[in-house]
Amino acid sequence: MLDTIMPFVWAFLVGGAICVLGQLMFDVLKLTPAHTMVTLVVIGAILDGIGWYDPLIKFAGAGVTVPITSFGNSLTHGALTELRMSGFNGLFSGVYHYTSAGITAAIVFSFFAALLVRPKG
Amino acid sequence: MKLGKQTWLFQEPPVIISRAAVVGPDEGEGPLGKDFDIIHDDPFVGEKSWEKAERKLLEEAALLAVQKADMSIDQVDLFIGGDLLNQIISATFASRTFGIPYLGVFGACSTSMESLALAALTVSTKFADYALAGTSSHNSTAERQFRYPTEYGSQKPPTAQNTATGAGAALVARKGQGPRITCATIGKIVDMGITDPFNMGAAMAPAAADTIKTHLADRGVSPGFYDLIVTGDLGAVGSTMVRELFAHSGVPIEETTYDDCGLLLYDREKQQVFAGGSGCACSAAVTYGHLLKRMEQGELKRILVVATGSLQSPLTIQQKESIPGIAHAVALEYGGGQ
Amino acid sequence: MSSAAKKRFSLTPKEYQSLAKKREPARPILQNCIRAFLSGGVICLIGQAISTLFQTYAGMTQEQAGLPTIVILILLSVILTSLGVYDKIAQWAGAGSAVPVTGFANSMASAAIEHRSEGIVLGIATRMFKLAGAVVVFGTVSAFVVAVVHWIIGTGGQS
Repeated sequence: MLDTIMPFVWAFLVGGAICVLGQLMFDVLKLTPAHTMVTLVVIGAILDGIGWYDPLIKFAGAGVTVPITSFGNSLTHGALTELRMSGFNGLFSGVYHYTSAGITAAIVFSFFAALLVRPKG
Repeated sequence: MKLGKQTWLFQEPPVIISRAAVVGPDEGEGPLGKDFDIIHDDPFVGEKSWEKAERKLLEEAALLAVQKADMSIDQVDLFIGGDLLNQIISATFASRTFGIPYLGVFGACSTSMESLALAALTVSTKFADYALAGTSSHNSTAERQFRYPTEYGSQKPPTAQNTATGAGAALVARKGQGPRITCATIGKIVDMGITDPFNMGAAMAPAAADTIKTHLADRGVSPGFYDLIVTGDLGAVGSTMVRELFAHSGVPIEETTYDDCGLLLYDREKQQVFAGGSGCACSAAVTYGHLLKRMEQGELKRILVVATGSLQSPLTIQQKESIPGIAHAVALEYGGGQ
Repeated sequence: MSSAAKKRFSLTPKEYQSLAKKREPARPILQNCIRAFLSGGVICLIGQAISTLFQTYAGMTQEQAGLPTIVILILLSVILTSLGVYDKIAQWAGAGSAVPVTGFANSMASAAIEHRSEGIVLGIATRMFKLAGAVVVFGTVSAFVVAVVHWIIGTGGQS
């Protein structure tokens, strides 16, 4: 029973904590949303570079795959995986490997949404 | 004639012979709702874009003001107008509809009194018999241009203000029944180094204080001369700052009632407007809808309306410039015949 | 600035700025953090639930389930943005709605929807990445740099 629940508890706690970090960047450091998201993405990329993101995923699941830091992680992950498999070329060809689905979904859904609805103000 | 350093004294005060204020749903739900001529439920005002909606509001206000004077638009000699948008497209495209001579002005949220002062000037110098001053703003056009897409989920701080959706217009003539424009003080740009575009109140307050101080000195009166001194859209934060500035420079503002259109327009408890209203329509709608009504009802005899503008653009903010402010003041009187 | 302008109202610009800072209503930091924690946590919880569903009923591994999870969250975000609800949630949730990938999708959908009035090509398509572009650019550049560092020091990637 506890085994089933714990992943949810950690997802909630860790995901919430990353958002609190973002909120502090908004309110204390007075960063704009763009600056905050950029910082978090870069942090995600670096964490994967030092090999810390994968253990975080095993531990907190959606708590670290849902926040935008995960985007940075996936981009780095793609580059590093391709680097290992194809060498130097992989640095260029692998970056979007794992993020392709997310980017495609965001573009496609946003496009059709814009065709279908008007802003509400 | 010129009075003191920055003030125009109209020895034969021009008259606001009619005016109109048109607003959107949030403004209609505010405490001044019943003072506006038209309240729109639909923020698109039946148009296809936010910009077209804003333009429609300005056209409505201007044409209604003219209609209320039993005149037609082609009897008006000059339209002086402006708004917040790039190339002041609301004023320009509304003028296309009017088909009369047009002078476009940009003063951000100080446009209402800037255009009214100029209308009074052209009428009193007999370069126009009838001059129409008008301005508009729209919450969504302002958000789109200055901040973020309207559906974007950003969290506004408590210093932010809510751009008013609406328009106000006033028809000025040399003779007639209505509030009289006795003088106007043209503001100069004041920049005390505030850089936060979400705290325009603090950026504009120095300009407001500067113009008010100069006006009182030029006219040789103290605040008690007026029943009400009202700023355009300093909001909660800006009005606090302007009071501080009055205290620091020894202006006895307590002799009169000081208020702010941005605080009058909305009920800050019930409506999510943060520090209060802003936008060209804020001072225009409140003045032309509410304040002039109070004058005609005899409650206010002499008021000073000080419209305030913050003159940044998204580009200047990104280029790390601070925010310059400006404030234009118009003194209005009513009562005791022509 | 002329010397006459330097000390207006017997305050220098610097003095005015610190006075303005003092008089500024403070942001309710604690309240905002609690709200961000709760809303962000809930969004991740929803993600965890979706992922678990895919693992249980579609036989995917945790890694494989990540993909449909992200796509579904993005879809939900675009729907809420289209309904005009996401920005209302965001005023309450703050970073709790901006930090998850739903915030990224909202930034794209809101820009696309807003700029429809400028046409499909020059409006929707050109402006879609107005806010998200920075994230994509910095993400790509930092991933590339990290990978280059690995390549140079010879740790050569990971599994």
